[in-house]
Amino acid sequence: MTSLNTHSDPLILEMRSITKEFPGVKALADVSLRVKAGEIHAICGENGAGKSTLMKVLSGVYPFGTYTGDIVYQNEVQEFKDIRASEHAGIVIIHQELALIPELSIMENIFLGNEPTKRGVIDWAEARLRSTELLARVGLREDPDTPIKEIGVGKQQLVEIAKALNKSVKLLILDEPTAALNESDSQHLLDLMLGLKGRGITSIIISHKLNEIEQIADEITIIRDGKSIETLNIKADGVDEDRIIKGMVGRTLESRFPDHEPKIGEVLFEVKNWNVGHPQIQDRLVCKNSSFFVRRGEIVGFAGLMGAGRTELARSVFGRSYGRFISGHVYKDGKELQLKSVRQAIDAGLGYVTEDRKSLGLNLLDDIKATTVSANLRKISKNFVVDENKEYAVAEEYRKVLRTKTPSVEEGVAKLSGGNQQKVVLAKWMFTDPDVLILDEPTRGIDVGAKYEIYGIIQKLANEGKAVIVISSELPELLGLSDRIYTIFEGAITGVLDKDQASQESLMKLMTSARKSA
Amino acid sequence: MNALKKLFGGNTRQFGMIFALVALILFFEIFTEGRTLTSGNVINLFNGNSYILILAIGMVLVIIAGHIDLSVGSVAAFVGVCVSLFIRDWGLPWYIGVLMGLGLGVLIGAWQGFWVAYVGIPAFIVTLAGMLIFRGANQLVGKSNTIPVPTDFQYIGSGYLPEFGPNTGYNNPTMLIGLLGVAFVIFSEIRSRRNAKKLGAEVPEAWVMVLKLVLISGAILYATYLFATGRPGTSFPVPGLILAVLVLVYGFISSKTVIGRHIYAVGGNRHAAELSGVQSKKINFLVMMNMSFMAGLAGMIFVGRSTASGPFDGVGWELDAIAAVFIGGAAVTGGVGTVIGSIIGGLVMAVLNNGLQLLGVGADLTQIIKGLVLLIAVAFDVYNKTQGKRSVVGMLMKNFSRSNEIKADETTQTTDVISKGA
Repeated sequence: MTSLNTHSDPLILEMRSITKEFPGVKALADVSLRVKAGEIHAICGENGAGKSTLMKVLSGVYPFGTYTGDIVYQNEVQEFKDIRASEHAGIVIIHQELALIPELSIMENIFLGNEPTKRGVIDWAEARLRSTELLARVGLREDPDTPIKEIGVGKQQLVEIAKALNKSVKLLILDEPTAALNESDSQHLLDLMLGLKGRGITSIIISHKLNEIEQIADEITIIRDGKSIETLNIKADGVDEDRIIKGMVGRTLESRFPDHEPKIGEVLFEVKNWNVGHPQIQDRLVCKNSSFFVRRGEIVGFAGLMGAGRTELARSVFGRSYGRFISGHVYKDGKELQLKSVRQAIDAGLGYVTEDRKSLGLNLLDDIKATTVSANLRKISKNFVVDENKEYAVAEEYRKVLRTKTPSVEEGVAKLSGGNQQKVVLAKWMFTDPDVLILDEPTRGIDVGAKYEIYGIIQKLANEGKAVIVISSELPELLGLSDRIYTIFEGAITGVLDKDQASQESLMKLMTSARKSA
Repeated sequence: MNALKKLFGGNTRQFGMIFALVALILFFEIFTEGRTLTSGNVINLFNGNSYILILAIGMVLVIIAGHIDLSVGSVAAFVGVCVSLFIRDWGLPWYIGVLMGLGLGVLIGAWQGFWVAYVGIPAFIVTLAGMLIFRGANQLVGKSNTIPVPTDFQYIGSGYLPEFGPNTGYNNPTMLIGLLGVAFVIFSEIRSRRNAKKLGAEVPEAWVMVLKLVLISGAILYATYLFATGRPGTSFPVPGLILAVLVLVYGFISSKTVIGRHIYAVGGNRHAAELSGVQSKKINFLVMMNMSFMAGLAGMIFVGRSTASGPFDGVGWELDAIAAVFIGGAAVTGGVGTVIGSIIGGLVMAVLNNGLQLLGVGADLTQIIKGLVLLIAVAFDVYNKTQGKRSVVGMLMKNFSRSNEIKADETTQTTDVISKGA
């Protein structure tokens, strides 16, 4: 193992002034990254800061020529034209969404695209032998013939690493590897990374979990708004979480949110003893006896790790659009509602802005005006005939109110930036005039300026007397925006904190542990 | 050079298709030495293809919703034979027979729609099964025989508009329809322009509108002239009239109504549509049911035209209809397509067929050419999607987006088509 803290360590990777533009957005501006051989290098930054984009540039997902700047790897300037080329050089990236095929076995996945052959025929005996060995190295005790879909996310992560090791990886990149893992799986993974470091494998880890970074990383590069801000040596510079946050945020937290004076009224929306089963797996609950309420004019946050069941809760309440309904009650203004379909939920005054804009929230073939009216066509129709003049007028009105940046409302939504797409989705739900609006990750993949505007819109909706629920993975966002925050862990609500009691630490504690007190 | 590019560089497949259609017609007009644009030939072309075009209307909705229907030929044949038997064996009047045929189409559609929408079996499988089932059923109930239909039933497949009014030397009802068509096109264009202006939307320059109206009106009037001056006893054919009405009705439904929007939404992104309150199962059911309803209608028109129903009616129709829809700009993945586009696509194929026949090209070579045209048309569109420049033609077509201000007869010539993405 190379010693740390000296500046003479050879670099395995240097990315020099990388700039990458998407239509209308500069995702990376002059970013530099220097990674020493044999270290664990962390990359930190807020969502949308450009971390994943940088790694996609490195791994050839965005091929040479689509960015400017140089990638120097093992002392040579590299021009990766696809992922295969970077893998060939020993750079393997493990994405947040795992690239495993659920129907295939562990062994088949490990060797996918890299099958050992003998005279052109796959040598399964050899594959079995090697996969057993690889699984031992990553500490996974499973039969190589087990289908991927039958093992948990934590183990799948290990299979990905085994797959990388099989490709004789020299530089391993992990994008949010522990985001979906529980504590013991996370710890196992971190130990494994330290073990790999011991064998001379360099790792780059992208993570939001600053305590983990502090625990395993040697150096850390902070990226903010598409620019590399600084590179710190954890030990030499005595870096702690506060120091990292300061670099990531680069400004006081308060200024990220518009001023807001909440006007909270009586309870408007309430869900009691909500139980929902997993859509495929029998006997598994995604919502366990959850109860919560929202008052008029209140913004209520839902905090939880990925996979904790926040989205499942929201979608099952929203007209049972997810999972198998088992039991529970929904009340609005004290009256119980029967919401068996999305249509009923919308008619009852509920709105749900989806987490995944592109696959669930938008029809990317549509234009802005058609999207704006799509959840409330009746309002602009007479005898089932759509009044296209009204459609245009409505879309134009929301374009102005929300300040959507577009040449015209006849533009296709696919051409808009993330922030503007989100504004169109918000317009769509505002046009249904809901009393209860659920926003699932409303600022994911949106740049900072647009976030500020979206926060303003959310606060304005609350001040109009709507009950607003915000689901978010970004704790600072929840802390800045919400009047009250519920925490969810493994499908159950584990606590609720008022704005002034809540902190990242107190929330994180409730988000990662089963309910202790009522 | 640049100006030429501007004029012809249409940015959607449908603009390309209109030009392909016009070019094809001109090409055949020249090489058949004027035998293409004669009254007799145009009337024939319409009579011989109306049932495919009707299928294309139903098929484009199915494809927009993200499905496919392989059973239409068999369903058409089954409905055709049943109606022939109803009339022959039960002595029913022809109009009762037609109503029963339509009802049977709806029933068959409900059967297929049930499997697709509520059981969740891919339409490809359901209708592949339907293709076998209803072909077999056709031959079973018809005992693989030819079953003749009475003359009054034949009117829906081979009749013409009657003569009435003063002797003008033209067929009066045909002329009337043509003039109404022109008036309608001009009126709706001016109205939509005024509305757009009122809302402050961007409108093309006045000369663009005038040029567009002159081209469309000219095309309609020329088509009217051809239909109205055929040999005595012929005029605008009844199947053409049925087609025109269907184009208007379905063009309107698909572009202007709530259910039309929902069909596009389900095909474009089913999950997003469901989370916006669209009942996607109901939409899928209706779209599949409608397709068989129209297949039934097409089957009856064909039987009317060929004076009898037979065991091999409708073989291969599904492929012609599907080809028309894709040439007309629909996407295999759903969410994209227009009724008008599909009609244009169907006419491209029809004109090609007809012209090659007039030139004496054999059926073997004709098939090869049609196959290549389908391939090139789609390739052209894929290429254009990566360009996406606006052209003069694009501006001409802009206001007709998703619109249906059209009469079937004018589509033979050129005209107003449009696209969702225009």
